[in-house]
Amino acid sequence: MTALLEVEDLRVAYGKIEAVKGISFTVDAGQVVTLIGTNGAGKTTTLRTLSGLLKPVGGHIRFDGKSLRRVPAHHIVSLGLAHSPEGRHIFPRMTIEDNLRLGAFLRNDRPGIEKDIQRAYDLFPILGERRKQAAGTLSGGEQQMLAMGRALMSQPKLLMLDEPSMGLSPIMMQKIMATIAELKAQGTTILLVEQNAQAALSLADRGHVMEIGRIVLSGTGQELLHDESVRKAYLGED
Amino acid sequence: MTTQTTPQKPSGAPAAPDTGLIGIPPHLARALATGGGLLTVLSTFLAWTWTTAFPGNLTVYGYPGGLQVLVLVGGALTALLGLASYGVGGLRRLTPAGADPAVKFAALGTFATTWYTVLAISYQLGGLVNLEPGGWVAAATTLLTLLGALALPYRKPEPDPVDPDSTSWERTRHRLAHAGQTVRAAYAEILIIVGIMALALTVFTYGIGTEYDELFVGFLLTAGLGFAALHRAGLIAHASQITARHQNITICGAFVAAALFPFTQTDDQYATIGVYILIFATVALGLNIVVGLAGLLDLGYVAFLGVGAYAASLVSGSPSSPLDLHLPFWATVLVGAAASLVFGVLIGAPTLRLRGDYLAIVTLGFGEIFRITVNNLDGTSGPDVTNGSNGISSIPNLKIFGWDLGAEHTVAGFTIGRFANYFFLMLLITAVVVLVFRRSGDSRIGRAWVAIREDETAALAMGINGFRVKLIAFAVGASLAGLAGTVQAHVTYTVTPEQYLFAGTIPPNSAFLLAAVVLGGMGTIGGPLIGAALLFLIPNKLQFLGDYQLFAFGLALILLMRFRPEGLIPNRRRQLEFHEEADAPAVLGKTGA
Repeated sequence: MTALLEVEDLRVAYGKIEAVKGISFTVDAGQVVTLIGTNGAGKTTTLRTLSGLLKPVGGHIRFDGKSLRRVPAHHIVSLGLAHSPEGRHIFPRMTIEDNLRLGAFLRNDRPGIEKDIQRAYDLFPILGERRKQAAGTLSGGEQQMLAMGRALMSQPKLLMLDEPSMGLSPIMMQKIMATIAELKAQGTTILLVEQNAQAALSLADRGHVMEIGRIVLSGTGQELLHDESVRKAYLGED
Repeated sequence: MTTQTTPQKPSGAPAAPDTGLIGIPPHLARALATGGGLLTVLSTFLAWTWTTAFPGNLTVYGYPGGLQVLVLVGGALTALLGLASYGVGGLRRLTPAGADPAVKFAALGTFATTWYTVLAISYQLGGLVNLEPGGWVAAATTLLTLLGALALPYRKPEPDPVDPDSTSWERTRHRLAHAGQTVRAAYAEILIIVGIMALALTVFTYGIGTEYDELFVGFLLTAGLGFAALHRAGLIAHASQITARHQNITICGAFVAAALFPFTQTDDQYATIGVYILIFATVALGLNIVVGLAGLLDLGYVAFLGVGAYAASLVSGSPSSPLDLHLPFWATVLVGAAASLVFGVLIGAPTLRLRGDYLAIVTLGFGEIFRITVNNLDGTSGPDVTNGSNGISSIPNLKIFGWDLGAEHTVAGFTIGRFANYFFLMLLITAVVVLVFRRSGDSRIGRAWVAIREDETAALAMGINGFRVKLIAFAVGASLAGLAGTVQAHVTYTVTPEQYLFAGTIPPNSAFLLAAVVLGGMGTIGGPLIGAALLFLIPNKLQFLGDYQLFAFGLALILLMRFRPEGLIPNRRRQLEFHEEADAPAVLGKTGA
């Protein structure tokens, strides 16, 4: 089986500063793969490059058998790669429903869109209750739910979630993680970037540990969860 | 946007809730305000001055004239709201948000108009001796009324029962609960809309017809503060909810009311102002697509009006046009709109890749380049196309289906003059622009515009092609301005480069257009229309301001931005942006977060 996403020797720079220094990994269909690491490790940069918001200075990205080189950001979504950005980036002054509809911007199948909006409401009932409310009035966790629901509206083959637990209360974080588990059970392919290594690794099929722009350790979620150095560096154990 | 932690506290509430600014017992104050309002009404039937040298004839006992009429309206409003504050049956419905703050504004409006009149009489005629007893009575009464009103308890109005921020889900629930009454209520609401439109037409016709500066100042005072009073009473919120529920009827009603305007006039004098207001307003509405919906700051928008006007005049059969062409009206309109569209794309394609300030600078430059180029295409500095600074003149009148717009017609006993003809034509163009604005605003592309405006990165991540979406907004806006330009060329007979400045004292120019959009309310339909009407009427009517006109205009804009940054007619999304602290807790309180 060929991988859905293949990243090979990817290098990304902001001006002269190289933030991602040649990383390679793959995501197979149906898998949950996580990138963990501290601030500044290059996780978000990697995701932003994959979704076309940043241009790589070197390396190859192949998605679903096609190279993403020189494909503009708005076109990448239509290939089936959805990005739920860090910091949520919902449209605060639009209603929840309009936010979801924007997620389906590239789709034309009206009945399918209505069905998927309903699916988002089933997944996150709180969104359904407040569908006509301005998204900016939601709490942080609810906004994260909306960002995920919105990313799912494009019917992606691969969903990229950037720090979905950032700034959330422990209860809200559990809810978000439970939802990711649910999506995984439904067969959604997910590339998850997290600082909360414990939660991410226990969900993931595979994990990659990033440090200052490089992947320093790879393995299955369980392997990494029990790895001595990971436990020391990320799980706060001595 | 995590405002949910903000505690809901009655911010700005004064320490002593049962007295107002002045220490008079509330019951006395209420009586004073209400009775004062009634007395004010009576005082307008007295003579205020002895001579008709002051305009408007305020010398007659038993018949109010000129500014007295405005005082009469203000006094009646004060008395009515005062009675409502007593809880008189039926009148309470007038003040869903509490009567007391409304009484304050109504009394203030009446006071301001009266004292302005009295002072203007004394000043112009040279001394207080020129006041008749009636003037003294009116001045004293309105002062007492104001004192009474200010002494009323300064209660913050209860949260509005018809909160404009209530989710439509709640409104739906409310409506379902009263399903039996819906049909009857709908008729009642439509009647209310008709009433609102009639009132608006009356106020507008009165304002446009004010014949001297003093009356217009009085009109502004009464109308402005009266509007504030009604707003405080909660009536405006109520009305805007009704109109929002019947948007189509409201828009049709507004057009019918506007179409009735020429019939209220006996000559063409004010239809002229009407048609210029419509041109200005239509272009402002087009700009609202670019600025209000897509969030692109265009400082050279008037150039697109100019492109449309020049394109139309070149094919109009004018003797000073180098082209020996006289196209029929429909073709002229197409040429004008198409020319603007082409320029919109030409300017937009390279510049829309820029963000924010850069775009503003480039469009500002384009506006000037257009004007200077047209100035130079005079045969000496460049090829002879536009006749330079003399412009293209003697543009013949339009003829549509044999109807000569330049001639007077008599319809059902009413004389419809040249400008009234163009007024109707322009109204049609306005309707087209309103239609385009509404349809595109509610559509997929409209959502994409708003998304780009709110968060360009997130919009890209949604798969929105930012550049293309912005270019569409730019092109649509440009062609709508071009549409208006074709009519403008024919209305003014002549198009010259100096009509299309960045800033000047005569609208439309780019700065005034932008001001009309911002002042009226970005992203709304009514906002730019009302903003344009005000921005046209005020400089037009207040000639005495002369050189201070732009200064006064700037001052007014600063005050407005301080006290009502979302514009006169707020867009719900914008209101949330500017009054986050105030509004968000109310919403969250309701949903129980």
